[in-house]
Amino acid sequence: MSDLLTVTELTVRLKMDSGMREVITGTSLSIAQGEAMGLVGESGSGKSMTAKAIARLLPDGAETLGSVVFDGVDVLALTGDELREHRSQVAVVFQDPRAHINPVRRIDDFMTESLRTLRDVPKAEATKRAAAVLEEVGIDDPAKRLRQYPHELSGGMLQRVMIATALLSEPRLLLADECTTALDVTTQAEVMAILDDLRRDRGLSMLFITHDLELAGAVCDRTTVMYAGQVVETREARLLHGDPLHPYSAALVDARPDIDSTADRLRAIPGRPLSAFEAPSGCRFATRCSFAQDSCREHDQVITELDGGLVRCERAVELRGKVREGAHV
Amino acid sequence: MSESDIVLSVSGLRKVFGTQVAVDDMNFELPAGKSLAIVGESGSGKTTVARMIVGLEKPTAGTIIACGRDRSKPSRKGAERKLRGREVQIVFQDPYSSLDPRQTGADLVDEVLRVHHGGSAADRAKRVADLAALVGLDQRQMNAMPKALSGGQRQRVAIARALATDPRVLILDESVAALDVSIQAQVLNVLADIRDQQGISYVLISHDLAVVRQLTDEALVMQRGVVVERGVTSELLDNPQHPYTQLLRASVPGPGWTPQRARERAAAV
Repeated sequence: MSDLLTVTELTVRLKMDSGMREVITGTSLSIAQGEAMGLVGESGSGKSMTAKAIARLLPDGAETLGSVVFDGVDVLALTGDELREHRSQVAVVFQDPRAHINPVRRIDDFMTESLRTLRDVPKAEATKRAAAVLEEVGIDDPAKRLRQYPHELSGGMLQRVMIATALLSEPRLLLADECTTALDVTTQAEVMAILDDLRRDRGLSMLFITHDLELAGAVCDRTTVMYAGQVVETREARLLHGDPLHPYSAALVDARPDIDSTADRLRAIPGRPLSAFEAPSGCRFATRCSFAQDSCREHDQVITELDGGLVRCERAVELRGKVREGAHV
Repeated sequence: MSESDIVLSVSGLRKVFGTQVAVDDMNFELPAGKSLAIVGESGSGKTTVARMIVGLEKPTAGTIIACGRDRSKPSRKGAERKLRGREVQIVFQDPYSSLDPRQTGADLVDEVLRVHHGGSAADRAKRVADLAALVGLDQRQMNAMPKALSGGQRQRVAIARALATDPRVLILDESVAALDVSIQAQVLNVLADIRDQQGISYVLISHDLAVVRQLTDEALVMQRGVVVERGVTSELLDNPQHPYTQLLRASVPGPGWTPQRARERAAAV
């Protein structure tokens, strides 16, 4: 399987009031054709910024180092028509559908705009295609929905409209940024099933950004965990949950309450999640890590291969199998 | 259990908005030091129940009795309103919109103490420090404006503020839903500690079944305004009886979980 997307040593700095601030440091990841990659992390980890860099949606004045290659094309160098073409190949679905749809225009208008203006598809044909993808994402009576306004649809319904709209440009990669976080659990299950079907039927690749390790583990092929702007672990999704390599991944798994049993106390991670620009030198997780020792704080950690995964921790080999429960003090 | 052990009792509670029945015939009793979860999806009426208990909505019918006093009708007297405020407090979901951006955590808690308990400035300062310690905030964080605090720290300020009145019942309306995983665990631990130390009762409104399991003894499942199942939380989650509870339980991702589309589910039944 060849890689559709390859991100190599990507560093992003954003312009803020106080000057340039780093939000991602040396991030590398790859997604194969038809693969679903989970991207997990807490606030400030840089997971959304990674997606924005891939879709070329970073805010004005952002600086990027490293490379993003999509289907052999250097994404960071694209301009004009080529960039527009890239954005139709890479579709994004965000967390809050209501924040990304024009409330005073009908669903039909919203969905068909890019087809009509960029691809010169006639209105009637565009509407027909919109109705077809709405049906594909499980919306009954699409003709009626197309005539409605966003406020007439529930959140779950509207998120399906957003996914359908993303599909209209026939993308090869879907970036789903917390796209089920605001939905009820039963609706989340429905949306995840739709994404799963699309992946199978269309060979769609997916970068699935979430804070929910369990969700990523259940639906993705591989999972990448980010902390303070760096990738700390990439591993087969079902293994990452049960047999993590990095102390942070393990701590994330342990901190979640378990639906099948009541813990006496949750194993909370002390402190709060950091952003790249406020992280200490040496290992960025060291201040919160129960396994940190002096040498961790002294050296920047490099990412290495271990048991078919990638991990950024100098003690990973020594701690193999010990990072989960009980090992925490 | 004797009647004095019940701190909150709700019976025949009903709320109608226009033609829409938001809550219908709800009944429950909450003993001192225990926690009750109200579970359900958007539109199930769980937040409306919370708002009626704290007095932000007026019930259409039914009674709410907290600490032996009926609070189903709005109070005409200031003293009665204050008393009700003391007994039942609430922590909202979004710590970014529920704190005054121009007031430090310490000032905010102090104001509540001044209104409800009076006392000298020195006494109040000591109580503020005690509350800060209880929720795990230091002096510097209490003296910071909300914008300088993280979501988890703000939510702790909101919890400290709610606890300042010495409430018997604390309503947690999705209070940990917006927090990062590592912070959520810290706040859940703090809440468990406070309950153990103070004998306070919680009503947890949540859609997150794992959080419900961690914090509560009993749970009610609401669907379209009606309680469809109730029971001991662990039993209810391990062995859900009502189809809606089963659906909620099956929708939680975990190892080996495969999302199913509603059509397939319907076809499988």
